[in-house]
Amino acid sequence: MGRSADVPRAAGAAGAVEGDDSGCPILHVDMDAFYASVEIRRRPDLRGKPVVVGGGVRGVVAAASYEARRYGIRSAMPMGQALRLCRHLVVLPLDRAAYADASAAVMGILRDVTPLVEPLSLDEAFLDVSGALRLHGRPAAIAAGIRARIAEELALTCSVGVAPTKFVAKLASARCKPDGMLVVPADGVLDFVRPLPVTVLWGVGARTAEPLHRLGVRTVADLADTPLDTLQRAVGAAVAAHLHTLASGRDPRSVEPHEVEKSVSADHTNDVDLTEEADVRRELLRLAGEVGRRVRGRSLAARTVGIKIRFADFKTVTRVRTLPTWTDSTTTIYDTAADLYRSLRLDRPRVRLVGVKCENFRDAGDVPEQLTLDAVGHTAVAGGVERAIDAARARFGAGAVDYGTLLPISTQIDAPRHPR
Amino acid sequence: MKFRVERDALADAVAWAARSLSARPTIPVLAGLLLSVTDDLLSVSGFDLEASTEVDLEVAAATAGQALVSGRLLAEISRALPPHPVDVTVDGSRLTISCGSARFTLPTMPVEDYPKLPSMPRTAGTVDSSEFATAVAQVAVAAGRDDTLPMLTGVRLEIEGDRLTLAATDRYRLAVRELAWRPDASDAAAAQVLVPARTLADAAKSLSTSETMTIALSSTGGTGEGIIGFSGSTSGRASRATTRLLDATFPAYRSLLPTEWSSTAEVAVGPLVEAVKRVALVADRNAPVRLEFDDGALGLSAGGEDEGRAEEQLEIDYEGDAITTAFNPQFLLDGLGALPSSTARLLFTSSNKPVVLRPTEGGSEAGASGDSTDYTYLIMPVRLPG
Repeated sequence: MGRSADVPRAAGAAGAVEGDDSGCPILHVDMDAFYASVEIRRRPDLRGKPVVVGGGVRGVVAAASYEARRYGIRSAMPMGQALRLCRHLVVLPLDRAAYADASAAVMGILRDVTPLVEPLSLDEAFLDVSGALRLHGRPAAIAAGIRARIAEELALTCSVGVAPTKFVAKLASARCKPDGMLVVPADGVLDFVRPLPVTVLWGVGARTAEPLHRLGVRTVADLADTPLDTLQRAVGAAVAAHLHTLASGRDPRSVEPHEVEKSVSADHTNDVDLTEEADVRRELLRLAGEVGRRVRGRSLAARTVGIKIRFADFKTVTRVRTLPTWTDSTTTIYDTAADLYRSLRLDRPRVRLVGVKCENFRDAGDVPEQLTLDAVGHTAVAGGVERAIDAARARFGAGAVDYGTLLPISTQIDAPRHPR
Repeated sequence: MKFRVERDALADAVAWAARSLSARPTIPVLAGLLLSVTDDLLSVSGFDLEASTEVDLEVAAATAGQALVSGRLLAEISRALPPHPVDVTVDGSRLTISCGSARFTLPTMPVEDYPKLPSMPRTAGTVDSSEFATAVAQVAVAAGRDDTLPMLTGVRLEIEGDRLTLAATDRYRLAVRELAWRPDASDAAAAQVLVPARTLADAAKSLSTSETMTIALSSTGGTGEGIIGFSGSTSGRASRATTRLLDATFPAYRSLLPTEWSSTAEVAVGPLVEAVKRVALVADRNAPVRLEFDDGALGLSAGGEDEGRAEEQLEIDYEGDAITTAFNPQFLLDGLGALPSSTARLLFTSSNKPVVLRPTEGGSEAGASGDSTDYTYLIMPVRLPG
């Protein structure tokens, strides 16, 4: 969105993972035509058609699919103008809740890689993967993995820029849009940025661009080659120093993850309403596993566990319980969730949606642990098992290890027939 | 049924028997106290299907009979009576209490519906009642309160020869106390039973003024529900309490007690209790208090950057390498509060291993409690982050 329009698209850059990615720990992940893609995902009949999302009181385009962009339609364009450009344009109203949900899912995937995720908006974020290399591989491999997971699990596409700095990573993701990735190696940064117009630089809006243009500074190269004192006279000392730093390929800003998340939750609307407690509990276990994995993946521990139950008549109840101490254990989350469900004492319920939530977080490393006399007892072992399962799933995929009760019925029946 | 009794004797007996009444009885008659008169003896008994209490007192001008009345009401009334002899009579379905010019009439409940109290099992031996009450209190403090782990809600009582051992643990601490006892038969078999901690503490406390206390056990080797009974006399009146034993296996705790130490500290109990309470003020409930033991000094601290922070130093005797550990303050205070001496000995192996708290030898101020190494309180520390 926005400034990325100034960055020329690199022909054939999509999917490029070549290039030396050592010294490129910063990833910029940018969802492709995010709002429009979320809409198309739930209405597959719109795939391949020019779609915009927007309207409302201001009557402007909030997001446009790539098909719509081919007609020259851009974000923030008045809807009337967009319709003149494309007569058969599909216009959908904004559904912010759906975009927020999809965004949470995207950020969840990113945070599985590293807690160092700095969301810039619903649809883009920076990651610093320098701490994740041993666990997840090289930056380019991580970027490819993120793209694959987002495509596979969320049916959405994104573009990822991989670079030594935030500024270059963001330029790179804009360059490889849509559905691509681009690695800008540390020694290729200058070649990459110099030909670009100065307006791609952070902090260069219309007000800064004008005096620069008067100096004849049109590209990043022009800027880098302009003496600092000349720049200072044109745009002021602070801005000049900032621009000079960026233009020479440097960017001192680090990835700043936002404050600790408020909650991690997962819910699922069942295809058929659940009536048996055993089925609801199996669903609670599956969701507790998902929530637990995400909590552990972010090295957090939660003090509060909650459930959400929506019935066939759409009546919804939620219950939360604060635990005596912090936990990141699927077992504890599930036990608490199951107990909360039992305490509802439902009489022949028809359960449409089941949700599990953890909140009240603390960094797992900051949690004091009351040791027990049976230190080799079930809690310590369970923690190790869950971590081992997480690692196995991270390496071999989500189907590698799971609770037996969560396997499809057919697999459960088949399993004993093929010992070993 | 009819009798005359002294006001204080009645009030004490009713109050004692009413302790076993459940606040929310499962069947209505269990809210009642049963009054039974035979010859010149009145028995007041209460029962909640788990525990029973029964006390005998002498009465005058008695005619035999039984009556069941609301225990709560009877206890409140007898406590409030003026200082005059009390006349109690039953007429049909009414029980009348007359005392001085005060007169109460209570409805009775059907005696036929009242369950039979468990009979007192076979006597196993006797013990000093006040020492037993102290010992039970010292141990019960470590018992668990989580009903999903029933084996931890009890106090383990072991009889072997002339030694009685009590133990309780909630997995975070373990308290063990040994005391002398007089077995009924010199060749009495050893026995191990698990008694609900709360009921045991209550029974032991209520009989603590008795001269001696008799412990009776139903055959523990056999099947069926085990019963433990305690009998003594309160204010000269024969009193009996029984409680059902827990049918659960107590953890093998003796192996948990360390036998070697890398360092030991001697600390005055009073100042340490005060200091722990002070520094714990800044910490959340359950948040740990850190203790740094070093040559001659103990540094206590709690809290962190987000909350407040508190620190305090105490002078101590310390031998060994410096050690830093942390505890749930309540667990530490429970243990310190249970020590019979004014000085505590702390025994360490390493910072994430259990710490043993013992009274210093000869430092006993409890008088009759004898050898002070008989009490051990073990606490699991809190592993600090980082």
